[in-house]
Amino acid sequence: MNVVAAIAVDGTIYAAWLFVMSVGLSLIYGVMRILNIAHGSLYALGAYAGASLVIAYVNHGYPPYLSYLVLFGAALLVGLIAGPLIERGVLRWAYGRDEIVLLLVTYSVFLILEDVTKLIWGVNAYNASQPYALLGRVSVAGLVYSVYDFMVVGFAVLVGAILWWVFNRTHAGRLILAVIHDQEVSLAMGINVPRMYLAAFTGGAALAALGGALTAPMISVVPGISVEVIVLAFAVVVVGGLGSLEGAALGALIVGLARSASVHLLPQIELFVIYGVMALVLVLRPQGLFGRAEVRRI
Amino acid sequence: MAGRATVVTGVVTVALAIAGAWLPTWALFLLTVALGKGLAVLGLVFLMRAGLVSFGQGLYYAAGAYTVGFLSDRVGIHDIFVAITAAAIVAVALAALVGLLMVQYREIFFAMLSLAFSMILYGLLVKNEAFGSTDGINVAPPAFAGMTLGLPGLRIALYLVVIAICVVVVYAAHRYVLSPLGYLAHAIKDGEVRVEYLGASVRRAVYAKYLVAAGLAGVSGALVSLAVGHIDPEMAYWTTSGEFVFVAVLGGTGGVLAPLLASVVFEVGRSFASAYSPYTWQLTLGVVMLLVILFLPRGLWSLLEVRGLARQR
Amino acid sequence: MSDILVTTGITRRFGAVVAAEGIDVRVAEGSMVGMIGPNGAGKTTFLNIVTGYIKPAQGTVEFRGRDITGLPPREIASLGLTRSFQIAQLFGTLTVIENVLIALGVATGRAQSWWHPLHDRAAVAEAGELLHRFTLDHLAGQRVDTLPQGARKLLDITLAMVRKPGLLLLDEPTSGVSAEEKFDVFDILVRVLRAEGTTALFIEHDMEMVARYADRVLALADGKVIARGAPKDVLGDAEVRRLVIGVED
Repeated sequence: MNVVAAIAVDGTIYAAWLFVMSVGLSLIYGVMRILNIAHGSLYALGAYAGASLVIAYVNHGYPPYLSYLVLFGAALLVGLIAGPLIERGVLRWAYGRDEIVLLLVTYSVFLILEDVTKLIWGVNAYNASQPYALLGRVSVAGLVYSVYDFMVVGFAVLVGAILWWVFNRTHAGRLILAVIHDQEVSLAMGINVPRMYLAAFTGGAALAALGGALTAPMISVVPGISVEVIVLAFAVVVVGGLGSLEGAALGALIVGLARSASVHLLPQIELFVIYGVMALVLVLRPQGLFGRAEVRRI
Repeated sequence: MAGRATVVTGVVTVALAIAGAWLPTWALFLLTVALGKGLAVLGLVFLMRAGLVSFGQGLYYAAGAYTVGFLSDRVGIHDIFVAITAAAIVAVALAALVGLLMVQYREIFFAMLSLAFSMILYGLLVKNEAFGSTDGINVAPPAFAGMTLGLPGLRIALYLVVIAICVVVVYAAHRYVLSPLGYLAHAIKDGEVRVEYLGASVRRAVYAKYLVAAGLAGVSGALVSLAVGHIDPEMAYWTTSGEFVFVAVLGGTGGVLAPLLASVVFEVGRSFASAYSPYTWQLTLGVVMLLVILFLPRGLWSLLEVRGLARQR
Repeated sequence: MSDILVTTGITRRFGAVVAAEGIDVRVAEGSMVGMIGPNGAGKTTFLNIVTGYIKPAQGTVEFRGRDITGLPPREIASLGLTRSFQIAQLFGTLTVIENVLIALGVATGRAQSWWHPLHDRAAVAEAGELLHRFTLDHLAGQRVDTLPQGARKLLDITLAMVRKPGLLLLDEPTSGVSAEEKFDVFDILVRVLRAEGTTALFIEHDMEMVARYADRVLALADGKVIARGAPKDVLGDAEVRRLVIGVED
């Protein structure tokens, strides 16, 4: 068994998951300058919605291969409902205030959603493993993996490609990039920022939910999954640079490989390594690998 | 104004101390833990007044707690005064190192870096058997200057120690917020550049506040761990730090008593809410925090201010 | 009279923009120097470099014969060189007198204290006296973020004067102030400067102020000094009139 190959494959799979899971957070920060702590809750909502819908779907005896569409649809639904609700209903009352205040607002939303999730789905575990098991297993570099894991990698690449295309090749996307790049100038140029905020937050929410829905078949969906996801997503986007798509990808890769290496070589430092990398980047280059330095003027 | 505050504090302190004899066990425990945690929140408030929100006070809270745990479980030292002093020293020593880095950051980056450091400690604690891993470590009941007390006496003694420490800290904090160094926090928040141009080092001032906040968090961790009798890695987890921030925002940064009062309100609220409706207490917390942020940006303390019962500073 | 400030060959670029190039300036002690120039000429950059906020790529700054190039603002301030800002840099959530008390605390070293109150009687009296000289004493208890622009600019200058500096640099002391108030601001300023024996260099866009209050004038354009001398000479210079005042002869 080749340890290096194992680290590489594991790392890539984990990185793909990290990417889909975190890219929404980066997008929201880039456009709105909000570090969304509720990101983890949106992920959980996606996981719960995906898991519960797939279980119901499979129990009705529908074709199992279409369960992937159910997952995808669940995530979209969560994003389209929760996104606007949160942005229009809560966030916008705090716009214009300090970044830290907005962070605390999203923290409140996180607390609220934690219970909302419990109220809707209860506290029992949801195990929707059918989509995961359905694709079977495959042997790579002497180790056995589930095909679903590689599908996640493919999916992450697809999501990345679509997002890249949206930002760089569509008019709407380029407007978003403009707002990310310089808010004041964008406003002066007449870009409809409120509409942009709504779109960005909804998109970010949908992506977070997608991350959750994608993960649901791999885990036992229980209360509390949001809490760990938030800090992991933070680590990824901090390393890559807040507001950058390429940054989210690179950050995911770095964190994924670092974690994979430590799991295989020195498991005691697994968590230490992830946050150690985050701290290191914050110290050496606070804006992240692809982020832009903030300019202070007097 | 200082005169009235001293009298009120004195009266309340004596009242609390005496009430200790009559309070039911659960209330005594609640107050001990709430006031103990309140110290960490107070330290955090000092930082927040300068515009720095730390999402990682759990680092020092856990450092203090684990110092006590180690002394108790591995070294066999149970004296409470030794434990608290050791916890404070460890926390401040750690902060002296980490703080050198932290003072160079502001806003979101400060918050994120503080979170990262606390999560690093969490990672170390959770994955290592030497630190008790996820189970944590049990903390034996403390001895008080050589005396071991039976359970009811122990509870009261711990309660009184917490109150005594709170009184001393509150008094010192009161003088601090009225001092030039205390006002400098507002200045730093309003205009760092100006502070530098006046001739003061912002970094040095922030570093000092950071050390104080860490020391208070360390003592807080020590006291709570002695009251609860157990420590675990959760104390370094971001949600613990988040809880401190929540209480700080709830109380507001305007007064010195606010963090302690808010901590008591929080613990009492949490106890009742999680007993009666476990699926909605976080919801309630979230809603309360939102309401406070949107309508009472200076925290619950500002309610007292409006009624002329308290002064902003 | 010796030169209290001497800059030699100050040069600084920001990317492609030349903010300062070979700026040689001598400020005689006790004088009042006006600095004029179009927007982007490098006047504020010059102040930023002299006061240590940014470092020059080349050149030196000497204050009272001592090389202060590259020192941070707080050290330069403690040596007796202070400045006021184009946008008043004040502590908005505090009162006027508290702003001065903090400045006093820092200047006297009492800011290190955490035990004694800021509002100590002697300090309050001294702060009050300073506010009185700048005609701000009636606003002592008011919160700074409620002050009108003129008062804000005056307070900004007051804070810079707390240390009784040898040299005060002012960045557009009357910007945003109404035409009538401009004279008041300058009259008060000049009165305090003379009483303290403080040398001053002020950036101004209002040529009337420059003509009236400056002993000497420096004209900057594109990062270079294009004219220097007595006010009427500089203000009458053809280059200056074209680039700075915008008059075509």
